[in-house]
Amino acid sequence: MSTALHIGFIPLVDAAALIVAVDKGFAAAEGLDVTLAREVSWSNVRDKLNIGLFDAAHLLTPVAIASSLGVAHVKVPILAPFNLALNGNAITGSSALHAAIMGEIDGDRFDPLATARALARVVAARRRSGQEPLTFAMTFPFSTHNYQLRFWMAAGGVDPDEDVRLVVLPPPYMVDSLVSGHVDGFCVGAPWNSVAVDRGVGHILHFVSDILVRAAEKVLAVRQTWAEKNPDTLAALVRATQRAADFIEHADNRDEVVGLLAQPERVGVDADLIRRTLEGRLKVSSDGTVRASGNYLLLGRERATRPDPAQAAWLYAQMVRWGQAPLSGEALKTAMSVFRPDLYDGALKTSIQPRPSGAISAFAGPDFDPDDVAGYLAAFKVSPRAP
Amino acid sequence: MSADQSPKIVIVDESPIRAAILQEGLREAGYTGVVHISEMQSLLTRIYALDPDVILIDLENPSRDVLEQMFQVSRAVRRPIAMFVDQSDAASIQASVDAGVSAYIVDGLKKERIKPILDLCVSRFNAFAKLQDELARTRSALEERKVIDRAKGILMKMKGLTEDEAYVLLRSTAMREKKRIGEIAQSIITASEMLK
Repeated sequence: MSTALHIGFIPLVDAAALIVAVDKGFAAAEGLDVTLAREVSWSNVRDKLNIGLFDAAHLLTPVAIASSLGVAHVKVPILAPFNLALNGNAITGSSALHAAIMGEIDGDRFDPLATARALARVVAARRRSGQEPLTFAMTFPFSTHNYQLRFWMAAGGVDPDEDVRLVVLPPPYMVDSLVSGHVDGFCVGAPWNSVAVDRGVGHILHFVSDILVRAAEKVLAVRQTWAEKNPDTLAALVRATQRAADFIEHADNRDEVVGLLAQPERVGVDADLIRRTLEGRLKVSSDGTVRASGNYLLLGRERATRPDPAQAAWLYAQMVRWGQAPLSGEALKTAMSVFRPDLYDGALKTSIQPRPSGAISAFAGPDFDPDDVAGYLAAFKVSPRAP
Repeated sequence: MSADQSPKIVIVDESPIRAAILQEGLREAGYTGVVHISEMQSLLTRIYALDPDVILIDLENPSRDVLEQMFQVSRAVRRPIAMFVDQSDAASIQASVDAGVSAYIVDGLKKERIKPILDLCVSRFNAFAKLQDELARTRSALEERKVIDRAKGILMKMKGLTEDEAYVLLRSTAMREKKRIGEIAQSIITASEMLK
């Protein structure tokens, strides 16, 4: 007798562990009969999870935290017993913006501080000549993309709320908007940065691992009430996705994994783009320049799948920094308790291990200390304007 | 907006037919200020310019995420907008999700004023879905008609049958094989193409 589950996902490469768990039969082996529902917006995924149409979902980590806090939306406590992905986003600029930044850069082109300072000079020059402010797109107000983009530009002295326009765009619209000139740059997950490069309209400026070494990008999210009622089912789901994440990271399985993800009802994009994403080898410019990074996207390796509450705290700190949430000890506690390494350990019978060193260090500002969010935030010059 | 004025409603929908059905329904019900936006580029700019009290958007529209930006504290926002996901009203949430529509309303607009708009929206969305189904069924019936005609033609030519005889042969084969005539016709076409 198997348990039927409905799980929502957005067609992105970082849904891989969920897709492989189902399509490779790992979920069935755990006694789960999973129906994956491909969705078109994070709002849909969130709402369908919140009202119980989905038992679980592939979700932006900050959305899980915002739901639990009841920020900007209905309060529904969400738990994340499993990280589906760390990192995987990139910041892409239009050819014109890329050229402008490279014209101003004083340092290494892959150093985010150098590019951010160059961006500040581009922004200042545009203002002096009376041009429109630059427009950057990201995928959702509560998204790592939003925070990574803001963190990067603010480090160079660009105020993301005052000096540029930040807009939400659904990922499939990003590249077209770059072509039409509606946006000058964006931060988005795979495969859309590569699509922009392949079409010769964009240059990848940064992998987000340049900004923060490890960012909890997507989680396997469930309602707290559901988790409490279905502990065995949840544990089985965690085991199935962990098995899938291990399978994905094994190089021998690459062809099969790419084939599964490329299916039209799954991620549904060109297999070669998916392969480059999984290998962390991305063409960053249309001239063929390739950049490789072991940190580009972590799905199963380096203990990426085990939720780290300090990561949730960092994301909460970003919400506070940009005026989305008030700073309070209680809210911090709520945010951190979204991440449930105990459920992860319980399902996989693993023992708690120390966090990898340098887990929460970014290219600017002090190392993050979850016990002193206020002190951490005070170290940053650019913060939101007063409401 | 004063309390007794008709609320200003924006419909965000890339399907012109569904938007027209909904717009008509709302007008019939006495809602006069209804605007349809079908162009997703610069969606927020248009919404801010229109300054609506209610926004209706279909759930298949990826631009729902764009609307989420309205909740953000930023200079672009004129007044807070809340989404119609009130946990106290599970039945209407379920009905709207089933129908495939969601609504955003200006904070402060009374619930009893929103309910009829949402109910109407749900019933029109369902009517549209039914229409789509019927259309799809008609289309596939037409397709099947064409396939049967082609198969008849093949049988007439290869076996020297009249049109009626060809049809009888198709029908009796279908009955014997417990299949639809359309399926038998399709296999005749496939076979004849392979044997060409």
